[in-house]
Amino acid sequence: MRVARHSFYEATARKRIDGLLDAGSFREFCGPAARIVSPHLPALGMPVAFDDGVVVGEGTIDGRPVLVAAQEGGFMGGAVGEVHGAKITGLLERALDVKPDAAILLLDTGGVRLHEANAGLVAMGEIQRAALSARHAGVPVIVAIGGKNGCYGGMSIVARSCDWIVASEEGRLSISGPEVIETVEGIEEFDAQDRALVWRTMGAKHRRLIGEIDALVADDVEAFRTAILGFVGRPRPLDLDALEAEHEMLSRRLERFWDCADGRDVWARLGVNDPASVPALDAAGFNGLVDALSGGRP
Amino acid sequence: MEHLEFDYDGTGEKPARALALAGVVGSGNLEVLIEAADLGGRCAAVVDTSVRGFGETWRQVLADFFARHGLSDVRVSINDGGATPAVVSLRLDQAAAEIKDAQA
Repeated sequence: MRVARHSFYEATARKRIDGLLDAGSFREFCGPAARIVSPHLPALGMPVAFDDGVVVGEGTIDGRPVLVAAQEGGFMGGAVGEVHGAKITGLLERALDVKPDAAILLLDTGGVRLHEANAGLVAMGEIQRAALSARHAGVPVIVAIGGKNGCYGGMSIVARSCDWIVASEEGRLSISGPEVIETVEGIEEFDAQDRALVWRTMGAKHRRLIGEIDALVADDVEAFRTAILGFVGRPRPLDLDALEAEHEMLSRRLERFWDCADGRDVWARLGVNDPASVPALDAAGFNGLVDALSGGRP
Repeated sequence: MEHLEFDYDGTGEKPARALALAGVVGSGNLEVLIEAADLGGRCAAVVDTSVRGFGETWRQVLADFFARHGLSDVRVSINDGGATPAVVSLRLDQAAAEIKDAQA
């Protein structure tokens, strides 16, 4: 496999923003020097991070003004604590004032930071509300997923409440993580150690094929930039008709795939001739397959 | 957690930039925030570490860092998740290289 020259997966949150935005255009809000840290972690005897694990600010992408947040997956699994969540919420609320061409969320997270319990849960609701407010104001909210933690828990719900999702094959999107499902339902139902199974169930290729992700890219910062740029300035409709169409799609999907025991069964039913070959396809080959299936959200 | 504060003689130039950040707080890892500060030519370090009882090791690693780099009027702030001295020195060097680089 080709090693990407500037891997999105390996980059820190700050490097991802550097690679995404026009050089020198980024201006950070509540940066590390402000030391707005978690008020909860010291009480638990745990170290804090000066940015509470998320970088927020504004800049330009191909000259177009955007707001951007990037979660640092290396700090507590990118989990959302009170300050972390407030920074993302504040950024999205700023979209109402400055009307950027997009608000971009680079998500790399296991969901709520359980150490901060209710504050983290409340933060999820606040972020989702702010994202929907930004969309209601006509600002497209674009999500990118391609880090070690994927996008899980409450943040997966936030992601699917946004306009567009770009992901690399390395990305995963699901509410419950593999270990949670195994713990609750048993290893016979889901073996969290079976990485191929995990990716067939939650991986970006599967999510793209069933229409929950809008673009699949190689693990390359430049590829993410190009795909995100394609969605800048393009809000999706957010009205009753759009919501009813989404519910209709979900109902049809349940009827169509309810008896499938594996991602491969779903892909076969979608018309993929050789489902077993899907995991090995590179991004270009996979996108060729998606185009052949006519693409888009089913 | 243990909170440590140190103070050293400055031995060189003031930094070119206002601040630099290196590393991420994680198990066996740390973040180093280095900032220009008006300290009358001296250098200061503040460490918050998850591992207690290594104050003397921190003092020596930081003394070695300031001796090697020739800095003055800087404050180093560290959030540590139990990094070894080698990793601490690496992150300090990364932060120092960035704050000294006027082009960065």
